[in-house]
Amino acid sequence: MDAPMAMIEKNQDTRETAAVTVEGISMHYPGGVHALEDICLSIPRGKMTAFLGPSGCGKTTLLKIIAGLLEPSSGDVFVNGKKTTAPGPERAFVFQDFALLPWANVLRNVAFGLELRGRKKGEREEIARKFIAQTGLTGFEHHYPHQLSGGMRQRAGLARALVINAEILLMDEPFSAVDEQMRRKLQEDLLSLLAVENKTVIFVTHSIEEAVYLADQTVILSPRPGRIAKIVSTDLHSDLTPDQIRRDRRYLDMVDEIWGGLKQYLE
Amino acid sequence: MKTRKTDKTVGTSQIGSGTKTDRSFASVVLGPVWLWQLLSLCTVFGIWEIAGRIPISLAFPSFTATCAAFFEMIMDGSFATAYASTLPPLIIGILIVSFGGVAWGVFMGLSRGFEWTCMSLLVILQTAPVAAIVPLITYAYGIDMTSKVIVVVIMSAPLVILNSYKGIRSTNPSLLQMCRSFQGNRWQEITKIILPQASGMIFAGLRLGISGGFIGIVLAELLITPTGIGDLITYNRASALYAHMFAAIASIIIFSTLTLTVLQRLEHKIFRPELGTMSGQVN
Repeated sequence: MDAPMAMIEKNQDTRETAAVTVEGISMHYPGGVHALEDICLSIPRGKMTAFLGPSGCGKTTLLKIIAGLLEPSSGDVFVNGKKTTAPGPERAFVFQDFALLPWANVLRNVAFGLELRGRKKGEREEIARKFIAQTGLTGFEHHYPHQLSGGMRQRAGLARALVINAEILLMDEPFSAVDEQMRRKLQEDLLSLLAVENKTVIFVTHSIEEAVYLADQTVILSPRPGRIAKIVSTDLHSDLTPDQIRRDRRYLDMVDEIWGGLKQYLE
Repeated sequence: MKTRKTDKTVGTSQIGSGTKTDRSFASVVLGPVWLWQLLSLCTVFGIWEIAGRIPISLAFPSFTATCAAFFEMIMDGSFATAYASTLPPLIIGILIVSFGGVAWGVFMGLSRGFEWTCMSLLVILQTAPVAAIVPLITYAYGIDMTSKVIVVVIMSAPLVILNSYKGIRSTNPSLLQMCRSFQGNRWQEITKIILPQASGMIFAGLRLGISGGFIGIVLAELLITPTGIGDLITYNRASALYAHMFAAIASIIIFSTLTLTVLQRLEHKIFRPELGTMSGQVN
């Protein structure tokens, strides 16, 4: 009788301390696709967590469930210990396809979250300008998305998520639509940005290198229906600078180890 | 911070130089756009003039004769009188469609139930040959303004409604999710995402609808009672004043073209300011 009680208490504890706790999430899409099966996970506060897995394993689905954009077939999501089923002010989402309003300039796009909250124009633009500067977009405030390169569009997407000052940042393959060089630049910039901002970040990626380089913990999902195959600690930031990471022995070993685990799914 | 700055400048020069090279290449080799538009008009008018002078038919006046008739009709006030009776039913009809039709289409795009109720009716209305219905309308509503307004509405409403509906339905789901992720409510979703996104299609529908309305009013004036511009066409044809008849036809073409151009400018200015910054194709 003691054991279940202890489990419940332990769950209660993790819910309180973790930024996000996912308990028993399963997802069946109406079309019959079984995307996720019994996902239990806790996301540590102030850390970066990567969801990694073969394509179609439901990593984006899981992220959107945490964001409250999709409703799971069963299971619960707890954010800061509270059960949630809808988007909330403590979570901000960065989209794979940027999801910028094509008819709005960078300034309005970045301030859009505040516009929806009814903040006054001058006030929200002032806040937006600060994050436009932080993401390196100064001078492009009045450009429209189609005038920007892919990398700059995602900078705007990131700035928009930062503007609402959410403590949890959810990023769906944020750099997959930009070229390799820009991706590296954005990754580096993201790290230096987050070193100041101290946020909890969850991001989806299909790049092992990106997961190991950016994340403190990497959650590996198995192919459909997605189950947690393994959770690997990929924390290299505590004792290495971003420049050193890629040359570090542990980085190479981790990439190798994760690849060894993922390879079986592709055969 | 320094590295970011470099990156930014690289970005600018790439974007800037790209468009600049394209433009300068086009303008050096091809010249300005208006020159080509002028050339196109001159070609058509030139061929018209030659065809009129041969003449290919007694009922085919030359371009210059048509121009002369056009100015004569402006000066003697026959255009003014004609348009004074043509415009009211046209404007009333178009206003009804612009507000009612767009609202109808938008609502259809937002509500499945309403869509299922109206869709078949609209498809029938769109495919029906309206000229065949006109006598019926005259029978029911007489030969005054009401009938003409109805013809204008019937000609333009399906285009406006269906385009508005399609515009609403083509909303990018990613933008809707974005709005929801920032806790936008349904009203904000509609006003800040769905409507601006659909505005291109809605205005395209309005332009089609208005040109449909022009067809409708001419049809009504030719088929119901010869008044206004329809009367000018019929009367001058009957009197064998072909240059005047062509001038009357030209006047309605010019008028509808100008109306549609103004509408397009208005649309870009209000809803899609980013299109003004594009050099190429819209949407």
